Amino acid sequence: MSGRGVRLGLGLVAGALMLVALYMVFVYVPTEADQGIVQRIFYFHVPCAWVAFVSFALVAIAGIFYLWLGQQVWDDLGYAAAETGMVFCTLVLVTGSIWAKPIWGAWWTWDSRLTTTLILWLLYGGYLMLRAMAGDSEQGARFGAVVGIVAAIDVPIVIVSVRLWRTIHPAVLVTRQGGHGLEDPRMVATLLVSLAAFTALFIWLLCLRFVTLRMHTRLNALTRSLALAEAAAQDT
Amino acid sequence: MDNLSYLFAAYAIIFAVIFGYVLFIWRRQVALEAELRAIEARMTALDQAVGAARAVESRTAS
Repeated sequence: MSGRGVRLGLGLVAGALMLVALYMVFVYVPTEADQGIVQRIFYFHVPCAWVAFVSFALVAIAGIFYLWLGQQVWDDLGYAAAETGMVFCTLVLVTGSIWAKPIWGAWWTWDSRLTTTLILWLLYGGYLMLRAMAGDSEQGARFGAVVGIVAAIDVPIVIVSVRLWRTIHPAVLVTRQGGHGLEDPRMVATLLVSLAAFTALFIWLLCLRFVTLRMHTRLNALTRSLALAEAAAQDT
Repeated sequence: MDNLSYLFAAYAIIFAVIFGYVLFIWRRQVALEAELRAIEARMTALDQAVGAARAVESRTAS
Protein backbone atom coordinates (compact mmCIF):
# COMPACT_ATOMS: atom_id res chain seq x y z
CA MET A 1 0.00 0.00 0.00
CA SER A 2 1.41 3.40 -0.99
CA GLY A 3 1.86 6.31 1.44
CA ARG A 4 -1.01 8.13 -0.25
CA GLY A 5 -3.24 5.05 0.21
CA VAL A 6 -2.36 4.80 3.90
CA ARG A 7 -3.21 8.48 4.41
CA LEU A 8 -6.51 8.06 2.55
CA GLY A 9 -7.33 5.02 4.71
CA LEU A 10 -6.49 6.94 7.89
CA GLY A 11 -8.70 9.82 6.78
CA LEU A 12 -11.60 7.45 6.12
CA VAL A 13 -11.18 5.71 9.50
CA ALA A 14 -11.03 9.09 11.27
CA GLY A 15 -14.13 10.31 9.39
CA ALA A 16 -16.10 7.14 10.16
CA LEU A 17 -15.16 7.23 13.86
CA MET A 18 -16.07 10.92 13.99
CA LEU A 19 -19.56 10.18 12.59
CA VAL A 20 -20.07 7.43 15.20
CA ALA A 21 -18.85 9.81 17.94
CA LEU A 22 -21.25 12.54 16.76
CA TYR A 23 -24.15 10.08 16.76
CA MET A 24 -23.29 9.01 20.32
CA VAL A 25 -22.86 12.59 21.57
CA PHE A 26 -26.13 13.90 20.14
CA VAL A 27 -28.40 10.82 20.18
CA TYR A 28 -27.07 7.99 22.33
CA VAL A 29 -25.67 9.56 25.51
CA PRO A 30 -28.07 10.74 28.28
CA THR A 31 -28.12 14.41 29.28
CA GLU A 32 -26.10 15.18 32.39
CA ALA A 33 -28.26 16.13 35.39
CA ASP A 34 -26.63 19.36 36.63
CA GLN A 35 -25.20 20.98 33.53
CA GLY A 36 -27.79 19.89 30.99
CA ILE A 37 -27.21 19.83 27.25
CA VAL A 38 -24.08 22.02 27.33
CA GLN A 39 -22.20 19.20 29.11
CA ARG A 40 -22.07 17.44 25.71
CA ILE A 41 -19.20 19.79 24.81
CA PHE A 42 -17.16 17.68 27.25
CA TYR A 43 -17.15 14.68 24.83
CA PHE A 44 -15.09 16.63 22.28
CA HIS A 45 -13.31 18.98 24.72
CA VAL A 46 -11.56 16.16 26.62
CA PRO A 47 -10.35 14.33 23.46
CA CYS A 48 -8.97 17.65 22.13
CA ALA A 49 -6.97 18.00 25.36
CA TRP A 50 -5.78 14.38 25.17
CA VAL A 51 -4.60 14.84 21.57
CA ALA A 52 -2.88 18.15 22.41
CA PHE A 53 -0.98 16.47 25.28
CA VAL A 54 0.08 13.57 23.04
CA SER A 55 1.24 16.06 20.37
CA PHE A 56 3.37 18.04 22.80
CA ALA A 57 4.87 14.85 24.27
CA LEU A 58 5.75 13.88 20.70
CA VAL A 59 7.38 17.29 20.13
CA ALA A 60 9.62 16.64 23.16
CA ILE A 61 10.49 13.08 22.07
CA ALA A 62 11.26 14.23 18.51
CA GLY A 63 13.33 17.11 19.96
CA ILE A 64 15.42 14.72 22.05
CA PHE A 65 16.06 12.48 19.03
CA TYR A 66 16.89 15.50 16.85
CA LEU A 67 19.44 16.81 19.35
CA TRP A 68 20.87 13.31 19.75
CA LEU A 69 20.95 12.11 16.13
CA GLY A 70 20.78 15.40 14.20
CA GLN A 71 18.48 13.88 11.56
CA GLN A 72 16.12 16.26 9.78
CA VAL A 73 13.28 13.72 9.92
CA TRP A 74 13.00 14.21 13.73
CA ASP A 75 12.82 17.97 13.33
CA ASP A 76 10.06 17.60 10.73
CA LEU A 77 8.15 15.25 13.04
CA GLY A 78 8.50 17.67 15.99
CA TYR A 79 7.40 20.64 13.91
CA ALA A 80 4.38 18.75 12.53
CA ALA A 81 3.39 17.58 16.04
CA ALA A 82 3.74 21.10 17.49
CA GLU A 83 1.53 22.61 14.81
CA THR A 84 -1.12 19.88 15.10
CA GLY A 85 -0.97 20.14 18.89
CA MET A 86 -1.54 23.89 18.70
CA VAL A 87 -4.70 23.36 16.63
CA PHE A 88 -6.11 21.03 19.30
CA CYS A 89 -4.86 23.14 22.23
CA THR A 90 -6.64 26.15 20.70
CA LEU A 91 -9.82 24.05 20.44
CA VAL A 92 -9.46 23.03 24.12
CA LEU A 93 -9.31 26.67 25.20
CA VAL A 94 -12.15 27.78 22.91
CA THR A 95 -14.55 24.92 23.70
CA GLY A 96 -13.72 25.19 27.42
CA SER A 97 -14.52 28.88 27.30
CA ILE A 98 -17.83 28.25 25.51
CA TRP A 99 -18.74 25.63 28.14
CA ALA A 100 -17.70 27.97 30.99
CA LYS A 101 -19.99 30.84 29.98
CA PRO A 102 -23.35 29.14 30.73
CA ILE A 103 -21.97 27.05 33.63
CA TRP A 104 -19.74 29.57 35.47
CA GLY A 105 -21.27 32.73 34.02
CA ALA A 106 -17.90 33.86 32.63
CA TRP A 107 -15.94 33.08 29.47
CA TRP A 108 -12.68 32.89 31.39
CA THR A 109 -11.40 32.64 34.94
CA TRP A 110 -7.81 32.42 36.20
CA ASP A 111 -8.33 28.90 37.48
CA SER A 112 -5.21 26.70 37.78
CA ARG A 113 -6.27 24.27 35.01
CA LEU A 114 -7.19 27.08 32.62
CA THR A 115 -4.10 29.14 33.40
CA THR A 116 -1.64 26.24 32.98
CA THR A 117 -3.36 25.29 29.70
CA LEU A 118 -3.06 28.89 28.47
CA ILE A 119 0.65 28.82 29.43
CA LEU A 120 1.02 25.59 27.42
CA TRP A 121 -0.65 27.26 24.43
CA LEU A 122 1.64 30.30 24.74
CA LEU A 123 4.75 28.10 25.03
CA TYR A 124 4.00 26.18 21.84
CA GLY A 125 2.87 29.39 20.15
CA GLY A 126 6.36 30.66 20.98
CA TYR A 127 7.85 27.47 19.54
CA LEU A 128 5.99 27.99 16.24
CA MET A 129 6.93 31.69 16.12
CA LEU A 130 10.58 30.78 16.70
CA ARG A 131 10.45 28.22 13.88
CA ALA A 132 8.76 30.71 11.55
CA MET A 133 11.37 33.39 12.32
CA ALA A 134 14.35 31.03 12.06
CA GLY A 135 13.29 29.70 8.65
CA ASP A 136 15.06 26.51 7.57
CA SER A 137 18.24 27.12 9.55
CA GLU A 138 19.82 24.30 11.54
CA GLN A 139 20.19 26.63 14.53
CA GLY A 140 16.44 27.35 14.48
CA ALA A 141 15.74 23.62 14.49
CA ARG A 142 18.07 23.09 17.47
CA PHE A 143 16.57 25.99 19.45
CA GLY A 144 13.10 24.69 18.54
CA ALA A 145 13.98 21.23 19.85
CA VAL A 146 15.12 22.72 23.18
CA VAL A 147 11.99 24.88 23.50
CA GLY A 148 9.80 21.88 22.60
CA ILE A 149 11.42 19.75 25.32
CA VAL A 150 11.26 22.46 28.01
CA ALA A 151 7.65 23.40 27.15
CA ALA A 152 6.52 19.78 27.52
CA ILE A 153 7.21 20.05 31.27
CA ASP A 154 3.93 22.01 31.46
CA VAL A 155 1.90 19.01 30.20
CA PRO A 156 2.02 17.01 33.50
CA ILE A 157 1.50 20.28 35.40
CA VAL A 158 -1.76 20.87 33.48
CA ILE A 159 -2.87 17.30 34.23
CA VAL A 160 -2.20 17.45 38.00
CA SER A 161 -3.17 21.12 38.42
CA VAL A 162 -6.69 20.19 39.62
CA ARG A 163 -5.13 18.17 42.45
CA LEU A 164 -2.29 20.57 43.28
CA TRP A 165 -4.28 23.78 43.60
CA ARG A 166 -7.80 24.86 44.52
CA THR A 167 -9.82 24.84 41.33
CA ILE A 168 -13.36 25.18 40.06
CA HIS A 169 -12.60 23.09 36.98
CA PRO A 170 -14.82 19.98 37.17
CA ALA A 171 -13.09 16.75 38.11
CA VAL A 172 -16.37 14.85 38.49
CA LEU A 173 -19.77 15.04 36.86
CA VAL A 174 -23.16 14.41 38.40
CA THR A 175 -25.48 12.07 36.55
CA ARG A 176 -29.25 12.30 36.44
CA GLN A 177 -29.38 9.42 38.93
CA GLY A 178 -27.41 11.45 41.45
CA GLY A 179 -24.15 9.50 41.22
CA HIS A 180 -20.76 11.07 40.72
CA GLY A 181 -18.43 10.86 37.76
CA LEU A 182 -19.16 9.12 34.49
CA GLU A 183 -21.20 6.45 36.20
CA ASP A 184 -23.56 5.94 33.30
CA PRO A 185 -21.82 3.41 31.02
CA ARG A 186 -23.18 5.27 27.96
CA MET A 187 -21.20 8.37 29.00
CA VAL A 188 -18.04 6.28 29.35
CA ALA A 189 -18.64 4.59 25.98
CA THR A 190 -19.24 7.96 24.26
CA LEU A 191 -16.09 9.44 25.76
CA LEU A 192 -14.03 6.40 24.69
CA VAL A 193 -15.37 6.52 21.11
CA SER A 194 -14.67 10.28 20.95
CA LEU A 195 -11.14 9.66 22.23
CA ALA A 196 -10.63 7.03 19.51
CA ALA A 197 -12.05 9.36 16.83
CA PHE A 198 -9.79 12.24 17.85
CA THR A 199 -6.74 9.99 18.11
CA ALA A 200 -7.39 8.76 14.54
CA LEU A 201 -7.95 12.35 13.39
CA PHE A 202 -4.72 13.44 15.05
CA ILE A 203 -2.69 10.62 13.41
CA TRP A 204 -4.18 11.54 10.03
CA LEU A 205 -3.47 15.28 10.39
CA LEU A 206 0.03 14.56 11.73
CA CYS A 207 0.77 12.31 8.73
CA LEU A 208 -0.50 14.96 6.28
CA ARG A 209 1.57 17.73 7.88
CA PHE A 210 4.64 15.51 8.27
CA VAL A 211 4.51 14.57 4.56
CA THR A 212 4.26 18.28 3.65
CA LEU A 213 7.31 19.08 5.77
CA ARG A 214 9.26 16.16 4.25
CA MET A 215 8.39 17.55 0.80
CA HIS A 216 9.64 20.97 1.91
CA THR A 217 12.91 19.42 3.13
CA ARG A 218 13.31 17.57 -0.20
CA LEU A 219 12.61 20.78 -2.11
CA ASN A 220 15.32 22.60 -0.15
CA ALA A 221 17.83 19.81 -0.86
CA LEU A 222 16.95 19.80 -4.57
CA THR A 223 17.22 23.61 -4.77
CA ARG A 224 20.72 23.43 -3.26
CA SER A 225 21.73 20.61 -5.63
CA LEU A 226 20.38 22.56 -8.62
CA ALA A 227 22.29 25.71 -7.63
CA LEU A 228 25.51 23.69 -7.33
CA ALA A 229 24.88 21.89 -10.63
CA GLU A 230 24.16 25.18 -12.42
CA ALA A 231 27.37 26.73 -11.02
CA ALA A 232 29.37 23.67 -12.10
CA ALA A 233 27.80 23.74 -15.57
CA GLN A 234 28.72 27.44 -15.97
CA ASP A 235 32.33 26.68 -14.97
CA THR A 236 32.60 23.98 -17.60
CA MET B 1 -27.92 32.84 24.02
CA ASP B 2 -29.48 29.57 25.21
CA ASN B 3 -27.46 26.45 26.05
CA LEU B 4 -28.20 24.84 22.67
CA SER B 5 -26.50 27.80 20.97
CA TYR B 6 -23.37 27.26 23.10
CA LEU B 7 -23.35 23.58 22.18
CA PHE B 8 -23.80 24.39 18.49
CA ALA B 9 -21.08 27.08 18.62
CA ALA B 10 -18.57 24.69 20.24
CA TYR B 11 -19.08 21.92 17.68
CA ALA B 12 -19.22 24.35 14.73
CA ILE B 13 -15.90 25.90 15.79
CA ILE B 14 -14.26 22.48 16.22
CA PHE B 15 -15.22 21.37 12.71
CA ALA B 16 -14.48 24.77 11.13
CA VAL B 17 -10.95 24.83 12.63
CA ILE B 18 -10.22 21.22 11.62
CA PHE B 19 -11.56 21.82 8.11
CA GLY B 20 -9.49 25.02 7.83
CA TYR B 21 -6.35 23.18 8.94
CA VAL B 22 -6.90 20.35 6.43
CA LEU B 23 -7.44 22.96 3.71
CA PHE B 24 -4.24 24.76 4.73
CA ILE B 25 -2.21 21.50 4.55
CA TRP B 26 -3.81 20.47 1.25
CA ARG B 27 -3.06 23.86 -0.39
CA ARG B 28 0.51 23.76 0.93
CA GLN B 29 0.95 20.23 -0.44
CA VAL B 30 -0.35 21.19 -3.89
CA ALA B 31 2.01 24.21 -4.01
CA LEU B 32 5.00 22.10 -2.91
CA GLU B 33 4.21 19.38 -5.49
CA ALA B 34 4.17 22.05 -8.22
CA GLU B 35 7.50 23.50 -6.99
CA LEU B 36 9.04 20.00 -6.85
CA ARG B 37 7.89 19.22 -10.40
CA ALA B 38 9.32 22.54 -11.65
CA ILE B 39 12.70 22.01 -9.99
CA GLU B 40 12.90 18.39 -11.21
CA ALA B 41 12.18 19.60 -14.75
CA ARG B 42 14.96 22.21 -14.43
CA MET B 43 17.38 19.52 -13.23
CA THR B 44 16.48 17.23 -16.13
CA ALA B 45 16.94 20.12 -18.60
CA LEU B 46 20.32 20.97 -17.04
CA ASP B 47 21.43 17.31 -17.23
CA GLN B 48 20.46 17.21 -20.90
CA ALA B 49 22.25 20.50 -21.65
CA VAL B 50 25.44 19.33 -19.90
CA GLY B 51 25.24 15.98 -21.71
CA ALA B 52 24.84 17.71 -25.07
CA ALA B 53 27.73 20.09 -24.35
CA ARG B 54 29.98 17.17 -23.42
CA ALA B 55 29.03 15.32 -26.62
CA VAL B 56 29.93 18.40 -28.70
CA GLU B 57 33.20 18.75 -26.76
CA SER B 58 34.20 15.13 -27.35
CA ARG B 59 33.33 15.37 -31.06
CA THR B 60 35.43 18.56 -31.40
CA ALA B 61 38.35 16.97 -29.55
CA SER B 62 38.32 13.89 -31.80
